[in-house]
Amino acid sequence: MEGGVVLLDFWASMFGMRVRIALAEKEIKYEYSEQDLRNKSDLLLQMNPVHKKIPVLIHNGKPICESLVQVQYIDEVWNDQAPLLPADPYKRATARFWADFVDKKMYDSGSRIWKTKGEEQEAAKKEFIENLKLLEGELGDNLYFGGEGFGYVDVALVPFYCWFYAYEQCGNFSIEAECPKLIAWAKRCMQKESVAKSLADPEKVYEFLLQLKKAYGIE
Amino acid sequence: MAAVKLLGAWVSPYNCRVICALKLKGIAYEYMEEDLLNKSPLLLQYNPVHKKIPVLVHGGRSICESAVILRYIDETWPENPLLPADPYERAVALFWIKFADDTTFPIAMMYLITGEEQKKAAKECSEMLETIEEHGLVEGKKFFGGDEINMVDIAFCSVAHWLGVIEEVTGLKAFEPHKFPKLNSWILNFKSVPVIKESLPDIETMLAFFKGRREMVLASKSS
Repeated sequence: MEGGVVLLDFWASMFGMRVRIALAEKEIKYEYSEQDLRNKSDLLLQMNPVHKKIPVLIHNGKPICESLVQVQYIDEVWNDQAPLLPADPYKRATARFWADFVDKKMYDSGSRIWKTKGEEQEAAKKEFIENLKLLEGELGDNLYFGGEGFGYVDVALVPFYCWFYAYEQCGNFSIEAECPKLIAWAKRCMQKESVAKSLADPEKVYEFLLQLKKAYGIE
Repeated sequence: MAAVKLLGAWVSPYNCRVICALKLKGIAYEYMEEDLLNKSPLLLQYNPVHKKIPVLVHGGRSICESAVILRYIDETWPENPLLPADPYERAVALFWIKFADDTTFPIAMMYLITGEEQKKAAKECSEMLETIEEHGLVEGKKFFGGDEINMVDIAFCSVAHWLGVIEEVTGLKAFEPHKFPKLNSWILNFKSVPVIKESLPDIETMLAFFKGRREMVLASKSS
């Protein structure tokens, strides 16, 4: 597979979607390899021995792990089009800060919405919305987090959009009612082919989440 | 050249990472110690999202999160680069920096826990050290960065310097030199680098601090 690009991924993973978007933005041809996470392949275990997780990007036979590291790698190697990070160091630092914020806060508070009930769930919903509002503040009046153009933070965050419906169903709330600007931003991103092609169908995500809940023994 | 300020706390390994980078690059900066129990308006202004140290202020603009700060320093002052030039090598380095971020942060906080929780933390700590030993360090390489230290070495400063102190204060045992020979060599090499020696907080001061905190924890648990 010299020169070849392979992505080990799982269809519903928001982290995998980030990489799919980046690859599509750069028009990179690659082999998509769907992984069975309950029965991990030898390839996955060999390519990510530390975490044994997807996504794993394999380029020229060598693995890169961690979705944001993969996105930065793609941006650096295929630097002839669609730059995802800005050139200025301060703007890059700001972009990295907010992508880190998404990593630290969104997945955790989102997961707690479907994993918990009652007071715990209310607290998770509150935190999730607060985090989205902070992101809305950062977006301001810009079209994208990257300013005029779609960029790194947009890539980091937009995959969560296809999980919103599932969170809303589990938590019995409306994200759009609380964060209309953010939903407007997400819909704007969905107009891009790279995003539309990469995100999973929200209904399918919800079905998958229901199965996960059963497996975890959560009603 | 625009002024550089660092808002920090001497006892924090995240703060130490930034000091290491600033000193390695020979960047002059003004240090401001924050009282974390009584955060200054300046800190809250410069890091409204997380309200945490370290915060680097350069030309009046703030950069938060130690890993983000390290990259900002490296890109703004490109002499003595702290990351490999090759994109793949750089991706590997960034992977390990994220690993350090995700798995080593509990070390400095381990004085807070006792009993079963402590046993569990010790086990997780051991597993983290095993991972570094097996996958992160290469036999014969002095540092993560090769012959010279780089951003990955700096990122692991809590393993090099805080772990030993916490182990002494809590009686928790996760690191054994014979079990982790490569890590042991790395720690000795890392702490011998003159700039690092200058940047690490004094051991006796750290022991006194953490012992004091540990006593408070134990006292509150027995009352």
